[in-house]
Amino acid sequence: MIGLAHYLTVAAILFTIGVLGIFLNRRNVILMLMAIELILLAVNVNLVAFSAYLGDLTGQVLAMFVLTVAAAEAAIGLAILVIFFRRRGSIAVDDVNRMRG
Amino acid sequence: MIAIIAFYLFAALTILPALAVIFARNPVHSVLWLIVAFFNAAGLMLLVGAEFIAMLLVIVYVGAVAVLFLFVVMMLDIDFAQLRSRFTANLPFGIIIALVLLGETIIAVSAWNAGPTLSGHAIPAARQPNIVALGQLLYSRYLFPFEIAGLILLVAMIGAIVLTHRGRGDLRTPKVSRQIRRRPEDAIKLAEPGVGEGMKL
Repeated sequence: MIGLAHYLTVAAILFTIGVLGIFLNRRNVILMLMAIELILLAVNVNLVAFSAYLGDLTGQVLAMFVLTVAAAEAAIGLAILVIFFRRRGSIAVDDVNRMRG
Repeated sequence: MIAIIAFYLFAALTILPALAVIFARNPVHSVLWLIVAFFNAAGLMLLVGAEFIAMLLVIVYVGAVAVLFLFVVMMLDIDFAQLRSRFTANLPFGIIIALVLLGETIIAVSAWNAGPTLSGHAIPAARQPNIVALGQLLYSRYLFPFEIAGLILLVAMIGAIVLTHRGRGDLRTPKVSRQIRRRPEDAIKLAEPGVGEGMKL
């Protein structure tokens, strides 16, 4: 019998893979954005599983909002990436020190 | 029985492509593995009866976000081998951190005790179709957050256009305000040249 814990475990593994992806691909912004998408997917799996087992649809509404924000974030992130590449000719994150941050 | 097999199939086909996203050498392959992972995550959501979110995942992620990633990866001329140069340096430490994080989360999940509503271990049967129920909720109680979500998408769209738009230098656009400000008095002159005198401009 598949219970709630199974879904939570799958989401935990997905979340960990996403964090590992951000950690390993420190120089490649595109892969970091993809890892963020994986993390948000894990969050969505959690929300939908809780919502289904609780019999309450609020979790699915929230998952839809997470989806919206994820799409907006991907669009803005890729736009910033494109203009950064136009200026510098590379997307290595280590070079991002223009603002002395 | 078939539900259990389907769960493990979808779960494995979500997790293994997610690993492939991170470890693929070619970013185009990463995007394609991401698409596989999203498809199977949508399958997982179908299994618990969240049909609308599953379809939304396929439409929004596979149809829009993954294609956006593909466009950017293929459009930019990037030396990806050089970007991976320090990949293995972080690998042992990163895997240790990931295992610690995973262990903690799984311990938390298994030690967590569900309340009386959740301990039945079965999904309660829905009284009406998922999409109908979600639509009724979305357009009544969550109407304001729904509008805000639309506003966020609008702002993201305008922001992406403004950020990446490049004005063309050789374009001569008409200055509308100057054209409207122009009056007949300073544009037209009535002249009556005599015979054989010609016009002076």
